[in-house]
Amino acid sequence: MDVKDIIKPENLVYQKPKLLTDKTMHYCPGCTHGVVHRLVAEVIEDLDIQEKTIGVSPVGCSVFAYNYIDIDWQEAAHGRAPAVATGIARVNEDKVVFTYQGDGDLASIGTAEILHACNRGENIVVIFINNAIYGMTGGQMAPTTLLGQVTATTPCGRDLERNGYPLKITELIAQLPGTSYVTRQSAHTPATARKCRKAIKKAFQNAIDKKGTSFVEVVSTCNSGWRLSPVDANIWMEENMFPFFPMGDMKDGERDAPDAYLKKN
Amino acid sequence: MGDLRLMKGNEVIAEAAIRCGCDGYFGYPITPQSEVMETLMAREPWDETGMVVLQAESEVASINMVYGAAGSGKKVMTSSSSPGISLMAEGISYIAGAELPCLIVNVQRGGPGLGTIQPSQADYFQSTKGGGHGDYRLIVLAPSSVQEMNDFVDLGFELAYKYRNPAMILTDGAIGQMMEKVVLSEYKPRMTSEEINDKYGSWATNGKKPNRDYNIITSLEMDSAKMESNNLRFQEKYKQMEEEEVRYETFQCDDAEYILVAFGSSARICQKSVDLARAKGLKVGLLRPITLYPFPKKPIAELAKKVKGFLTVEMNAGQMVEDVQLAAGCGNSSVPVKYFGRMGGIIPTPGEVVEALEQKLIEA
Repeated sequence: MDVKDIIKPENLVYQKPKLLTDKTMHYCPGCTHGVVHRLVAEVIEDLDIQEKTIGVSPVGCSVFAYNYIDIDWQEAAHGRAPAVATGIARVNEDKVVFTYQGDGDLASIGTAEILHACNRGENIVVIFINNAIYGMTGGQMAPTTLLGQVTATTPCGRDLERNGYPLKITELIAQLPGTSYVTRQSAHTPATARKCRKAIKKAFQNAIDKKGTSFVEVVSTCNSGWRLSPVDANIWMEENMFPFFPMGDMKDGERDAPDAYLKKN
Repeated sequence: MGDLRLMKGNEVIAEAAIRCGCDGYFGYPITPQSEVMETLMAREPWDETGMVVLQAESEVASINMVYGAAGSGKKVMTSSSSPGISLMAEGISYIAGAELPCLIVNVQRGGPGLGTIQPSQADYFQSTKGGGHGDYRLIVLAPSSVQEMNDFVDLGFELAYKYRNPAMILTDGAIGQMMEKVVLSEYKPRMTSEEINDKYGSWATNGKKPNRDYNIITSLEMDSAKMESNNLRFQEKYKQMEEEEVRYETFQCDDAEYILVAFGSSARICQKSVDLARAKGLKVGLLRPITLYPFPKKPIAELAKKVKGFLTVEMNAGQMVEDVQLAAGCGNSSVPVKYFGRMGGIIPTPGEVVEALEQKLIEA
């Protein structure tokens, strides 16, 4: 019996999204990027916006995100993706623009760009992959690295006096009036991946509806950077990251009304 | 006579941008060029032509907004002054590496560091030799009048699109702030989405179309052989610019024994210096490079065969003089090439230039 006789269209429950390309992903086995790429591709397909979606990839492991989803892409300088996305979105109001950024890119070198894009309420989607480490450069401390966490540049663990506090940037973003939807998700189990997919879909729908900036953080693993197996990395994430980076929506609705921000006379 | 006005150089940049069908301007305030964005905001071109004007949070952001918008095939620009251009250096390198057309205006002030808000030409090296990292070149236009501030906006975009390369207008606070009569350009419509797709659809991120592969704007290439071939392609492009795009102007050079070489504001001063020198019986001419890159090497090499010396006049410590020495050396290795200039925001006087010419070349 041929495989085609077994896998009939009516029996299919799971397949590769049409918009994911056939290129072999460069991500480590167990990395969260692959799952989130798939979710983004599914959402773009669901919403039928392939021809109007422009992705902006960052510097970091996902610099090559443009190899994997069949849409037009621009690769930004480190941290500048929100400015690049602003440029694209401002002169192309008919397009849906999203950035895909890691925590080093978004929460360290690119803090100015992300804060101001969100504060202006740019009609863009931000997918923020937070794995508490710099993956591509070999596992150095990120702004999101937890106190005590061992990385290549904190070999004895992140030290408060030497390195300062880990940054909860998503909590900051949620305070900004230009955002309409700010949420923190994970994608390490089928259930959380489905929830994450819903969040990403809402974010893209908001961009289509011109509702301001939508921001989806995905707390992720970097098992190679963390020096753990994929399974152990998921456990480490649940035990260490989830208490500090709690799941859930921080803002869901509309951009702030301008009233409170107006000069008085 | 067209649309004759009396306007500041900076204001004219804004007006010319609107009239040439520019799709977007992204900038950040800095003296002495803030009138560019102020004029644009006051003109409200979004109502008139649909042009977007956005005040960014920094020069870093504004150049990256230009990168994004230019990548989508739109005609976009920014302007700044020296310290701000330094902040843009990263983005400019990425734009050159990703081969995107755009226009950058540098209304120079003195440096290094915060330096001074007074006019300067000290960013010659930065504009013509690099500024950002990697082997790249900008097309650099140096206006010496408010009229050329108008004309070079359109020309800058034209060259930027011809070569898919960033173009820069390198001017200074004197011309930016100076009011002169200017004939403004006729209005040109902005390109439609269809026109952009027809012309730039092979590379622009204007949305994946069913009849083409998806487009990627990037300067990244991990395969060394492919990266080298990209570098070689860029070099070919720069070579073509050197062959086809050199622009310069000569003034009383036919019988000249001594040649002043100056660009922008300095060239305006040197015109008067030529008159003063001629009144004293000195046979002096002026060569004004209009494109600083590509640099007018050939005319300088030709002049070097027959003149007794060159004097560059620059509002910096002597930067273009190196290019004139190289070019003159190709024609006549023994011809002296000297430099005279002022710094700190001080503009040389025509008389000073003639004195320097006499001391450094004629009496030397």
